[in-house]
Amino acid sequence: MMNKKAIGAVAVAAAAVLALSSCSGGNSGGSSGGDSAKGEISYWLWDANQLPAYQQCATDFTKANPDITVKITQTGWDDYWSKLTNGMASGTAPDVFTDHLSKYPDFLKTKQLVALDDAITKDNVDLSQYNEGLADLWVGQDGKRYGLPKDWDTVALFYNQKMAADAGITPEQMGSLTWNAQDGGTYEKAIAHLTVDKNGKRGDEAGFDKDNVAVYGLGLPGSDAENAGQTQWSYLSATTGWTTTDKNPWGTHFNYDDKKLQDTIDWWASLAAKGYMPKLETTVGANAADSFGAGKAAINSNGSWMIGQYTSYKGIDLGIAPTPQGPEGKRASMFNGLADSVWAGTKKKDAAIKWVEYLGSTACQDVVASKAVVFPAITTSSEKAADAFKAKNVDVSAFTQHVKDKTTFMLPITDNASKVAGIMKPAVDAVIAGKAPASSLTAANEQVNALFAK
Amino acid sequence: MTTLTKKPDPGLSARAPRKSRKRGKPSDGFRGIGDLKVALFFIAPAMVGLILFYLVPTIRGIYLSFTEYSILGDPEWIGARNYERIAKDPLFWNALGVTAEYVVINIVLQTALALGLAILMHRVAKSTLIRGALLMPYLMANVIAALLWFWMLDYQIGIINQIIEWTGLPRVAFFGSEQWAIPTQALINTWRHMGYTALLIFAGLQAIPNSVYEAASIDGSKAMNTFWRITLPLLRPVLVLVLVVTVIGSFQVFDTVAVTTAGGPVNATRVLQFYIYQRAFNEQDFGYGSALAVILFLILAIVAFIQMKFLRGNQSDLD
Repeated sequence: MMNKKAIGAVAVAAAAVLALSSCSGGNSGGSSGGDSAKGEISYWLWDANQLPAYQQCATDFTKANPDITVKITQTGWDDYWSKLTNGMASGTAPDVFTDHLSKYPDFLKTKQLVALDDAITKDNVDLSQYNEGLADLWVGQDGKRYGLPKDWDTVALFYNQKMAADAGITPEQMGSLTWNAQDGGTYEKAIAHLTVDKNGKRGDEAGFDKDNVAVYGLGLPGSDAENAGQTQWSYLSATTGWTTTDKNPWGTHFNYDDKKLQDTIDWWASLAAKGYMPKLETTVGANAADSFGAGKAAINSNGSWMIGQYTSYKGIDLGIAPTPQGPEGKRASMFNGLADSVWAGTKKKDAAIKWVEYLGSTACQDVVASKAVVFPAITTSSEKAADAFKAKNVDVSAFTQHVKDKTTFMLPITDNASKVAGIMKPAVDAVIAGKAPASSLTAANEQVNALFAK
Repeated sequence: MTTLTKKPDPGLSARAPRKSRKRGKPSDGFRGIGDLKVALFFIAPAMVGLILFYLVPTIRGIYLSFTEYSILGDPEWIGARNYERIAKDPLFWNALGVTAEYVVINIVLQTALALGLAILMHRVAKSTLIRGALLMPYLMANVIAALLWFWMLDYQIGIINQIIEWTGLPRVAFFGSEQWAIPTQALINTWRHMGYTALLIFAGLQAIPNSVYEAASIDGSKAMNTFWRITLPLLRPVLVLVLVVTVIGSFQVFDTVAVTTAGGPVNATRVLQFYIYQRAFNEQDFGYGSALAVILFLILAIVAFIQMKFLRGNQSDLD
């Protein structure tokens, strides 16, 4: 009796060990399953604000394709990518997921995505319907297409109109700010004037107490270097002609050693030293947008996906101004676009692709537009979104203007994005904390470039 | 232990308690094999757990430390390259320093406070309610404790900074400043763990026979003298155990950092465990992460060995 049980127990243990070690071998990316166009497919996204819009799309999609249902799961940005990667390794990733430009190169390298070219040709998807440049961002180094664009975003200045009025700054002045790395231009003047200390003295007045500031001219959510400064300084550094990498997409050499970038960062860090922007150490654990909502900052630079949040603060008279003009009289904004990708391990490839094509069609993107949360990728849909924002009394021209004037530049698309972020974030943090000069970024840049050397 | 030695056959002492149940069996040899089966049966669950959750992952982790592995795809053997890179990685050395700072602050404070609390429990606070209350922080999940303090110590809205301001002093960026971030986290974990550590030491105090104290007082020993000459030396085995366990535990600090500063400001709280997590899970470099983990494992093994060896933790002076 005991003997058999003991053998049984050992056998169970051995089997479990085998199972464990074999599953850790992982799914190396082949689409093993069939390509059924029926059943339930899973879809992941991270932005809770957009969930209702896409739920509506899913319902409409099932109405048109009764064989297919879509199960949507929303996971916050912080956990989204590790959950997704773990899902890919263990074979439980969603059939379709919202994809990001800084992340998809790593998925390509490990063959986790399905190329959509054949389906797009077969189903006659019109790639020219999307805003210029968006569709081609999703073409890999192998020349194949791994996502259909769903939306885009640019950067602008959210500001407190009452504070601006009190400071005597008109909306016209806010709309025509200039900037340079030497004296900060009228942008710094406005920031300084909007800064008020505990005694009511403004940042540009004599006797201003920079250690006891009540309202900061510019809010600070951190160095943002993990996102290549997307919402915090890239709209300034790009006006100097600086680019993050040697080429984009698929750059292999970073330029954080360039003086133009280092001057920009030095200027930006100087705002904290002058008391116009919170010190980095005081912002740990704080949320910059909420501080703005609490009236502790007059200006926040941020992305268009934040419009909903900034307009939701009660008692704040919100204005949205375009980013300042740079030394050469031009504005600049990072242009980022999300897409939907199909996971290579899907068991329902045809249904998954069908859903991606639906997400990339006017039928779904008009629904997204009507909810006024983001700008859809399709040109006509993003115009509808602008109208929907207007209907809510939000003027979004500061965001759309960048696209109209072609003053956008693409988010850097490279391999090793998460490793680059791991190196650059502490490096730029140290600069804005005042612990190191911007010239220290040269050493970090060497580390980053070494990632591409091997 | 002592009851076992009273059994007639010392060689069978380990099996002795079951002897009566097996009295009916015909021969001793057969009984031995029967016991082995029974033993295996009882050992099996723990063995399965050990193999599944310790042995296999450990061996696999050591293997992965010699590979380049991104979790997707297959590990690629690269020899000792990860270790060579770690030797030249400033963030590794930074992590080592930061972790050491945390361990020293945490252990010194925690052990001193716990010893004090244990003596108070032993001598003064005889009420179970008070003894239980000391354990309360330990019952709180680490993450909750960390978030609670993160909130109370917040620069802008934290109640502690509010109080500091009322007293006329400038606010302190407990988590935001590079000098304070590690001491703050070490103090939070000291607060959380000292009750538990005190309980362990308290158990040790109770094991010291009263006769020793009586002899000391007859010889005219003062309270302080008794503490240094009698209590502390006799507590040594317990203190060593406590030290080994708490040092290993505090080298592995992770959750407090992960939910508060996430390695920052700059690199001030990028402790070893967090750096391992960052390299492996955020940056998908499981080979490098595994190599860091192996190094942490070796450090802990050496530290534990030194502590056991030089503090003679496995011997008691009571015998």
